Amino acid sequence: MTTTDTEQTAPKAQAALSRKSFGGVRVYDHVILWLGVFFMMGPLVVAFMTSTFDHVLIHKQGMQVGFGGEFLSTYETVLTQQGGFTGAVTGWLMTQNSFILGIGFALGKIVVSMLAAYAIVYFRFRAATLCFWVIFLTLLLPLEVRILPSYEVVQQLGLLNSYTGLILPLIASATGTFFFRQFFKSVPNELLEASRIDGAGPFRFFVDILVPLSTTMIAAIFIIMFVVGWNQYLWPTLMTTDETYFTLVRGIKQIMQIMIGADIPKYNEALAMAILAMLPPAAVIIIFQRMFIKGLVEQEK
Amino acid sequence: MEKSQFKSPWMPYLLLMPQMVIIGIFFLWPAAEAIKSSFFLEDPFFGNATFVGLDNYRDALTASDYKRTAWFTALFTILVSLISLGLGLMLAVSADRVLRGQSTYKTLLMWVYAIAPPVAGLIGVMLFDQHIGPLVDFAALFGWDMRIGVNYWDTGIAMIIVSTWKQVPYCFIFFLSGLQSIPSSVKEAASIDCRSEFRRFWTITFPLLAPTTFFLLILNITYAMFETFGTIDLIVKDQPGNSPVTLVYKVYRDGFRGNDLGGSSAQSVILMLIVLALTIVQFRLIERRVHYN
Amino acid sequence: MTTLRIKNVRKVYPNGAEAVKGVSVDVEDGELVVFVGPSGCGKSTLLRMVAGLESITEGDIELAGRVVNDLEPADRNIAMVFQNYALYPHMTVRKNLAYGLKNRKTPQSEIDARVNEAADLLQIAEFLDRKPSQLSGGQRQRVAMGRAIVRHPAIFLFDEPLSNLDAKLRNQMRLEIKKLQRRLKTAAIYVTHDQVEAMTLADRIVVLNGGQIEQIGTPAEVYANPASTFVASFIGAPPMNLVPANVTDTGMEVGGVTLDHASSHRGPVTFGLRPERAHLVANGGAPVEIGVVEELGAVRLVHCRLGDSDLTVTQNADEPVPTGSMGLEFSAADAVLFHRDSGRRL
Repeated sequence: MTTTDTEQTAPKAQAALSRKSFGGVRVYDHVILWLGVFFMMGPLVVAFMTSTFDHVLIHKQGMQVGFGGEFLSTYETVLTQQGGFTGAVTGWLMTQNSFILGIGFALGKIVVSMLAAYAIVYFRFRAATLCFWVIFLTLLLPLEVRILPSYEVVQQLGLLNSYTGLILPLIASATGTFFFRQFFKSVPNELLEASRIDGAGPFRFFVDILVPLSTTMIAAIFIIMFVVGWNQYLWPTLMTTDETYFTLVRGIKQIMQIMIGADIPKYNEALAMAILAMLPPAAVIIIFQRMFIKGLVEQEK
Repeated sequence: MEKSQFKSPWMPYLLLMPQMVIIGIFFLWPAAEAIKSSFFLEDPFFGNATFVGLDNYRDALTASDYKRTAWFTALFTILVSLISLGLGLMLAVSADRVLRGQSTYKTLLMWVYAIAPPVAGLIGVMLFDQHIGPLVDFAALFGWDMRIGVNYWDTGIAMIIVSTWKQVPYCFIFFLSGLQSIPSSVKEAASIDCRSEFRRFWTITFPLLAPTTFFLLILNITYAMFETFGTIDLIVKDQPGNSPVTLVYKVYRDGFRGNDLGGSSAQSVILMLIVLALTIVQFRLIERRVHYN
Repeated sequence: MTTLRIKNVRKVYPNGAEAVKGVSVDVEDGELVVFVGPSGCGKSTLLRMVAGLESITEGDIELAGRVVNDLEPADRNIAMVFQNYALYPHMTVRKNLAYGLKNRKTPQSEIDARVNEAADLLQIAEFLDRKPSQLSGGQRQRVAMGRAIVRHPAIFLFDEPLSNLDAKLRNQMRLEIKKLQRRLKTAAIYVTHDQVEAMTLADRIVVLNGGQIEQIGTPAEVYANPASTFVASFIGAPPMNLVPANVTDTGMEVGGVTLDHASSHRGPVTFGLRPERAHLVANGGAPVEIGVVEELGAVRLVHCRLGDSDLTVTQNADEPVPTGSMGLEFSAADAVLFHRDSGRRL
């Protein structure tokens, strides 16, 4: 069943099924959905609006709704002013680091997983089952649980406070590989056979045929992994003490610590940073909504 | 028919090398270290380690704050998993049924997924802040004096609310996709066979969503147990005080802050066993599903 | 000259299943040989072994004089047309056709020449810059053939290429394939389960059953002189009538009557008669009861009963419609006798 099929027949089916409609509009459902939107977006709207106010005012009157006129100055401050304990980092620098982490992680994950999945699906070799189960093992022990020894390993390798150390350990998980493995298994066998007859060896088959066929999947995974990478918290918190490597999400903790120490915490700046931290991933998944959802749902299989 | 595969003596190994090397260095090595050090007691000052067998495990499991944390984790996990599942399902059902505006609702409800757990935690902290938080004022209307960071359960409830809030979009997306993949012919046949929409939902739609529900349940449990770390870290604000935490947070706290490497590692291994059990359950049920298909 | 020699080839799978049990067949230059048989008879397995997509357990395959058992498909100078076309979905038709040549480092001018030649031959020149998803099933099938043609191979391998087309298109394409093969004068193996395709396309037919060859012969030979009851019932539609009978000194006893036959054998047999070789007469002959009559326009299928056995008779539609009890007549030369037990021709 194609998507267009469902979209065309579904409204008719819905109309037939919606006997509780009021002038063709299902009131109950819209109410539920609006409550949902209110619950989900409410806190964010308040947070954003509050960030446009002066922090002293916030302290006295609580969080605000409306626009406080401090939008430009607050955001400019967060982006450009030296923050943090050593004064070495600005919001803008943190944003850059977040991009590096997000894009680096997504690219690294895709390359490594695709190659590994290709090997497992399309080659017959003795260590295949062993490799598969080792990769599977990584599902058993999430990073949060092995955080301490991971830190020590990275420390011993001298990779603390580096982009490599930030990105590489995160790639040690099975998700990407299993995803591509599932996808490669769904590619018809005949394509491989036809290409073998056409003289394509493993390298050519991968480059000329498999990769072009995988472009939508690659895009979907890239989006998901970009968000995952951008939102990394625990790992960057632990292994970057040099503030020039802070990401926005890491910086949130920093801001919190500053806020705890202050008499009148700069709520507005903290919220502004939170908003900045959520904007790029949100923008990505809204713009690429279809691909993003497709990538998420494919993982179910 | 043989599945066509390449036979090359060296290529598969070359292709797998990046993945396996990374896993070897950044997973197997730390994992092995974690297991190993769970059996030792480390002296933080002189770096000597003495083998203590299962003592770390015994200490961890019998410590009162471990039990407390375990109970809270269990409750937290159950509540966050089930509530976000329920809310996601409710919203998905409604979104599936409306004729107009579906894509707008979808976008508005979905994008919160992109927010990092600690960011959600920060916003939660502010909303529940005693001085400035509107939610505290709201609770006060009902005579409830919320004190996050001071009152154990107030903090716990805030954590549960924020964590659930962040997970709802994820469940929503999956349920909506699951609902939309039910063939319309099935829905039409059901409308002929059954008058009540309510009954139709529970006897036809929901059973057809069973695989999705199950999949989400496992994912939610994993989320609640591990990925909420950032949220909890922010709400707790590094002030141990009287705040509830989850087991995974305790691993971090005991290890990094408390310098109890052995105990923290033992806790890690215990958590690993729990994940293993969950994975086994998941696989068993997938097998059964495949058989019944 | 012989293009392809299959010598005593066996295929045994790791789980012990024997798909091909010692098959030998030659394909001469320019000849179109059809492998036909029911599902699971081993015809596709045999084809894939020639292509190099399946390994050979025992035996040899010689292509253009050299043994190719251990050669990669790409090195065997073969070209294959798949049942599901197997076109590269992300490439244009032109690129699909050129891909095999590019991998062999053929000069671009040569590639262009061959692609255009094939496109003209198959009338797909106007689709050269489209992608497979924009083409109909029949057009895709032609592109798949084009991909095989540009390679100028020693032999074409067709794996049930028409199975995915609707009946009308299938008839059309069948004709085109035959014309094409004649024109190109390249040897070809064509695998199908459809005996009509086999009969119309083949220079010679190889009938396979259970991994073994039942008979090799021209369509006429296989039709008129089937080597076994299997071949007799598989080739021809409606299939040959097969009826148990007993041969004694007085004649062949079937359905309570004694009929003529031309055999020296004595004892229980299976008596075979093609539907169109039987005639229904008002008087005389073996007594049959007329059952259901099917009108096909030009011919009529009359299902009748001779004693305990069911028979089908094909007659011209302009003969009077038979009913009730009539007589069955045939000439002794048209009676084909088979061993009752083995099914082999006597």
